[in-house]
Amino acid sequence: MANIRGAAVKYDSVQKSYDGESLVVKNLNLDIPPGEFLTMLGPSGSGKTTCLMMLAGFEPATHGEIYLNDRPINNVPPHKRGIGMVFQNYALFPHMSVAENLAFPLQVRNVPKSEQEQKVQRALDMVELGAFGNRRPAQLSGGQQQRVAVARALVFDPELVLMDEPLGALDKQLREQMQYEIKHIHENLGVTVVYVTHDQTEALTMSDRVAVFNDGVIQQLSTPDDLYEDPQNSFVAQFIGENNKLNGKVLGVQGEECLVELDDGTQLKADRVNVSEVGERTTLSLRPERVEFDTNDTMDNLVNGRIEELIYLGDHIRVRMNVAGNDEFIVKVRNRGEKRKLHVGETVQVGWALNDCKALDAVA
Amino acid sequence: MSDTTDNGQVLTTQDGKPLKAALRRALRREKLRAFLLIAPLLIFVLITFVAPIVDMLFRSVENSIVADTLPKTVIELNKWDSSSGEAPGEEVYAALYDDMLIAVDLKTHTRLGSRLNYEQSGISSLFRKTGRRIKRMDEDGPFKDQFIGADKKWGEVETWQVLQQFSPRYTDGYFLNAFDAQRGPEGIEMKPENEQIYMFLFGRTLFLSIVITLSCLLLGYPIAFLLASLPLRTSNLLMILVLLPFWTSLLVRTSAWKVLLQQQGVINDFLVWTRLIDDAGRLVMINNQTGTIIAMTHILLPFMILPLYSVMKTISPSYVRAAKSLGANDWTAFWRVYFPQSVPGIGAGAILVFILSIGYYITPELVGGTSGIFISNRIAYHISSSLNWGLAASLGTLLLVAVLVLFVVYDKIVGIDNVKLG
Repeated sequence: MANIRGAAVKYDSVQKSYDGESLVVKNLNLDIPPGEFLTMLGPSGSGKTTCLMMLAGFEPATHGEIYLNDRPINNVPPHKRGIGMVFQNYALFPHMSVAENLAFPLQVRNVPKSEQEQKVQRALDMVELGAFGNRRPAQLSGGQQQRVAVARALVFDPELVLMDEPLGALDKQLREQMQYEIKHIHENLGVTVVYVTHDQTEALTMSDRVAVFNDGVIQQLSTPDDLYEDPQNSFVAQFIGENNKLNGKVLGVQGEECLVELDDGTQLKADRVNVSEVGERTTLSLRPERVEFDTNDTMDNLVNGRIEELIYLGDHIRVRMNVAGNDEFIVKVRNRGEKRKLHVGETVQVGWALNDCKALDAVA
Repeated sequence: MSDTTDNGQVLTTQDGKPLKAALRRALRREKLRAFLLIAPLLIFVLITFVAPIVDMLFRSVENSIVADTLPKTVIELNKWDSSSGEAPGEEVYAALYDDMLIAVDLKTHTRLGSRLNYEQSGISSLFRKTGRRIKRMDEDGPFKDQFIGADKKWGEVETWQVLQQFSPRYTDGYFLNAFDAQRGPEGIEMKPENEQIYMFLFGRTLFLSIVITLSCLLLGYPIAFLLASLPLRTSNLLMILVLLPFWTSLLVRTSAWKVLLQQQGVINDFLVWTRLIDDAGRLVMINNQTGTIIAMTHILLPFMILPLYSVMKTISPSYVRAAKSLGANDWTAFWRVYFPQSVPGIGAGAILVFILSIGYYITPELVGGTSGIFISNRIAYHISSSLNWGLAASLGTLLLVAVLVLFVVYDKIVGIDNVKLG
């Protein structure tokens, strides 16, 4: 990154409870270096939005301290934190024009009039809405409103920008386009961005690092590719991408590998991630695109399965199989125009590498 | 849409009828049915509401009583020049004799007398007296001397001037009266200072209504804000408290204020007890303007709170959060972001309270004394006590016009699309 001018954020054993009976956020420790694009990803109710609101200052932390550039901010009111924020439904002020919306943060900071106009125009140009300054928010399309909201959060040059599911209201195509635009703006400006979403594609596309939240706890904090390739537990494996589950118990452990016997007796070799003892229940996680029909004897795992259903999707074919008693076993086959045809009802051999099969904590 | 095709043919249905006619016929049934559904209410409203009001307002200009009671006199009187300074000639008195004979038989002369008494006092007794003497007059005349003999007022120019002035079937007299004006020798002029009352009352009605609207706004805005920002369970409970007065009789509420505000009342007793005021200096808070303002603010408060609440409910809390995140402190966030969005609610509430209070009658009557009564109390007085319905009607018309004018002004300033009831 060329010019990093972002702020560093630190959550230090932060806890949050609304009712005094249950914790929404349980002992959160998180370091965000300057200029990073960090996404908090998780299902609704996982505590990710609460974490964001505590950082913005709209919710007080029940315990612990949040630092902005090494300065504790628990007792700093929201308007003095200097954090830009993009809200879920944009929260553009409907009674002001687009330019007035953008000038608002500058006015309350007593920026001189000429400088205000200059900054507003620069921010509008940045989101390619230079000619729309005089319109009302209601006269703009959803995507344009979204861009104005982003521009407004950036116009006063904050070092940290928070985004709370900003693309949730857009249709799929526009959402993908906006993902790239936000990513590029982040790269150009070098600000720190904390982004909250429940959409994993969004998280993987945009982020430097992703924090996967569940039940008030960060389940895994890593780069998008690590998240997909090396899930640390079953929740992350299930939540990120598609995933085949095979339940069994550990027969033997050898270094980073282990041998697992499935419930129907099939024995498979797997990468040992978070199982330790022989006899422990485990769930094997396997990505559908890593399963091969072109098997050979050098493969670590070879199993027979019956084809239950074929779904043609153009660039690939989804094959639903019954493998080791699991009839929700999905295999994705790239469509290469091969001669080999699959038929429903056929029993075929499939195989995969040991490293693609992760032995994780057991789920039902 | 055209009912012909490109080559000039009329579009028809399968059996050859023009398409448009067929469409009209098909829709006619629907329209008729819709109309029949609202017809009962429409007829009810027309008969029991619109027609009486129009009839009542019409009384403000209607004046056929002179022409109906004294038809011949009116015709003869038209020839008389009122500026001559002399009483009319014999032929007018002859006509008056003929008319009065009939009128006395029908007993309509007293009614005419009391009608003209509004314009000049003494005419009522003149007609009664003449009515008693008319049978004894000589049928062959001369009538002028006989009438002057019955009452010397018949020889005065002023009496005839009044009769001539009110002989047309329509009059602006009531409206002049409502404007505190009268028709003098020089044309229309204002009444003497000490007889002017209605313009003053209109002014006071407007002023007090504005004061009541403002105090409703000041008291209602924070409550509506609280209602809109509290969680639903709590706000529902508070809402019941706001609506509670609605379910209590208006008279009970107004009387309660009497108990509270009077000089030997609860509030004065409390203030004396706390030594804030001494016994001799008890505050006068009822039977004056203060009483009217306090009681009416209380009664009309829900009409301010409800529209405000329903508008505030739609303002997402994220706007204020956004303003704060952009660096605005609490006050700036409220004033520049929240308040402008609540303006439609203020508009709706203010116009509702203002229009209700400008026509309010019962509360000022009960707690207003003399300095706190409204124009509507005067209208009620003319309807039920003085029986001068024409004047009551013209005052009512003026009130209606004033409200409509204010409505237009309001539309120009606030914009009627800016009014939202929810």
